[in-house]
Amino acid sequence: MSSIVLVLSGSSPLRAFADMFEHASRLETMVDILNRATPLYIAGVAAAIGFRMNLFNIGVEGQYLLAAIVAAHLGAMVTLTPVLHVTFIMLVAVAVGAAYSGFAGVLKVTRGVNEVISTIMLNAIAISGLVAYLIRIWQAGGAIDPGTVQRVGTAPIPKSGLLPDLNVIVESLTRELRQGKTLTGVLLVAIVVGIGYHVLVNRTRFGFDLRASGVNPFAASVGGVPPKRMVVIAMALSGGVAGLVGLTEVMLTGYFAANPIRGLGFTGIAVALLGRNHPVGIVFAALIFAFLDVSSGVLQFTGAASREIVVIMQGVIILAAVVAYEIARRAREKEEAHAAAEAMVAA
Amino acid sequence: MKRFSELPAWLRWSLYAAVGVLLLTVVQTLEGTDRLTSVTSSQSMLRWAIPILLAGLGGLYSERAGVVNIGLEGMMILGTWFGAWGAITYGAWWGIVAGIVGGALGGLLHAVATVTFGVDHIISGVAVNILAPGITRFLSSEILTNIPGGSITQSPRVPGVGSATIPFLAGGTIGNWTTPDLFGWLGTQKWFFISNFANLLKGVMTRVSWVTVIALLLVPLSAWLLWRTRFGLRLRICGERPEAGEAQGVDVYRYKYIGVVISGALAGMAGAFIASPELSGIYLEGQTTGRGFIGLAALIFGNWRPIGVIGGALLFGYPFGIGLRDLDGSASHALILVNAIGLAAVAIWAFTRSKRTDTVLALVLSGIFALWYITTDVVPDVWINILPFVIVLLVLIFFAQRLRPPAADGLSYRKGQT
Repeated sequence: MSSIVLVLSGSSPLRAFADMFEHASRLETMVDILNRATPLYIAGVAAAIGFRMNLFNIGVEGQYLLAAIVAAHLGAMVTLTPVLHVTFIMLVAVAVGAAYSGFAGVLKVTRGVNEVISTIMLNAIAISGLVAYLIRIWQAGGAIDPGTVQRVGTAPIPKSGLLPDLNVIVESLTRELRQGKTLTGVLLVAIVVGIGYHVLVNRTRFGFDLRASGVNPFAASVGGVPPKRMVVIAMALSGGVAGLVGLTEVMLTGYFAANPIRGLGFTGIAVALLGRNHPVGIVFAALIFAFLDVSSGVLQFTGAASREIVVIMQGVIILAAVVAYEIARRAREKEEAHAAAEAMVAA
Repeated sequence: MKRFSELPAWLRWSLYAAVGVLLLTVVQTLEGTDRLTSVTSSQSMLRWAIPILLAGLGGLYSERAGVVNIGLEGMMILGTWFGAWGAITYGAWWGIVAGIVGGALGGLLHAVATVTFGVDHIISGVAVNILAPGITRFLSSEILTNIPGGSITQSPRVPGVGSATIPFLAGGTIGNWTTPDLFGWLGTQKWFFISNFANLLKGVMTRVSWVTVIALLLVPLSAWLLWRTRFGLRLRICGERPEAGEAQGVDVYRYKYIGVVISGALAGMAGAFIASPELSGIYLEGQTTGRGFIGLAALIFGNWRPIGVIGGALLFGYPFGIGLRDLDGSASHALILVNAIGLAAVAIWAFTRSKRTDTVLALVLSGIFALWYITTDVVPDVWINILPFVIVLLVLIFFAQRLRPPAADGLSYRKGQT
């Protein structure tokens, strides 16, 4: 389908894809892809936690931006030893994200407000209200080093509060990174989040309760799972993880930019859908989306196709994927029903 | 004396409006400003309300047919692009048509995913919202960049369809004769409340775009179509109990398709209106700023009814319209007091029904707003931008349990299911 669009726009799909892959096989581009996949993966896990319980946390977008600006500001204000400082920033981010989404959870269980609508409203309130306001009062202008590019954002976080980059590891395995590229240390956080998500959902009693409430809340509540508390906890967990999304950019630049990378929350929802809420599936989904994002830039230079094609591709992939999953699910159900019927006839 | 709830809906909503205007008049007198009830404030309220109204009506058709449509935002985005492109290439009215078609295509996509393939409605809506900006970006890079004055993120000036002023009431012209201006005269009389009301009425009758007229006519039309015709009954059964509809021989899939495509068409029309000179006069990437979602909120606020949707649209359009000209922030500041009084009213309402938690909650929130009003003189300008969203949240907090969505809204339906 993406190829159709490419052909329609008068360019060769093969050449476009070839250009993109050729570009992606470079070490520097791979680093870029990982840097982009890291926040997408965290956002995907955040959305997936909600999905596992049939909760739609559309508010990842607002949660991560709000969490990032508060964490960056508080992180710049305190002086702590390196490990403590980073931990402090992360805890603040998690707490802000969890509180903001937990509010939607509380509204759902105490006032019967649908979480889709409340998180959409909270998104708008966070992005065009709180973040827009906070960036104005917390803004610290000026260049980091004289002579470098003018930066606009919150005050810089001291070195002790930043996660070290992973260049040492990459360079010891391959070669020196050029063009001043750095691989984000938040990648490790994303891995921890992924493992934590897997263990929590698939290996703990809480995870079982969570999945059970998602499949059949009534049966779960009969089985002794408090449904209301589960909703609040699941929403808060989802938002807590969402709070970490923005840290990739903050840890890289050392401050919250007045014009931060947006849209990671919405793309994260798509990533979770594509990855079927599976901890490893989300990895692939995040890598695909990151690859498309990063390598779209190369199309500009080679002129094989317009860069915007990539956004369409992402949309088409996600739609095609959910339709395919649905068809597969239905086929499986039919098969199961068939098998059950046969078993009954045989018995 | 009939009970209040037995009065016809239009009369009840008119009374709400009168009470609202009285409240605004009192508050602005306290604040010492005239922005809350000036002619321009109701004029821009109406302009800002129209896209929300159209999106809300769009949501109405879709959700009455049982399909939740959070893709309204994406369909609106398609509408802005196609509306601008059509108007620039073929003329103003064709722009509106193109916007409608663009949005309807988005609706068709949503319908294919949700009705034919049974994909979860929220998931499909999110996908449409991701896809739409990609499509417009792509189309811009292919088409707009070739038009003089256009670029990848914006179009040249978009022509408008023209407007009219109502004669006699607001001083419109018939031929070359300028008719008397009743509300304009009343508005200059400085009579408490009456002049303020007249100003607001003159605002919504002065230089009204023809598209606005059509959008307003769509409200009674939709009410008639959905509640007084066979088509409407069939569409609504798809949102309430599709199995029952199917048992009666209604082609549920077809009606769901019709509902969702109309929904997209109206959202597209809303987008075309945003790109028209009434609001922007230009296509600009990201210019819908979540108004599709607000349309959805207006639908919920209006309890899935046309008259409620227009009530919600005007309520949410009002702060947007005022915020633009409120340079010193006095009107925004005054609106805090309106919030406090509104919440106090909710507290009284809850108290009479002996709902203790609601009463306490409303009183506390009202107190916070009142305290904020008293302790500050100016408010940050972001406040008025988020006010509509705050109102939606507050309304849902207190009234979510009184709302009644269509019974099968958001549920996937397969032919032959029981």
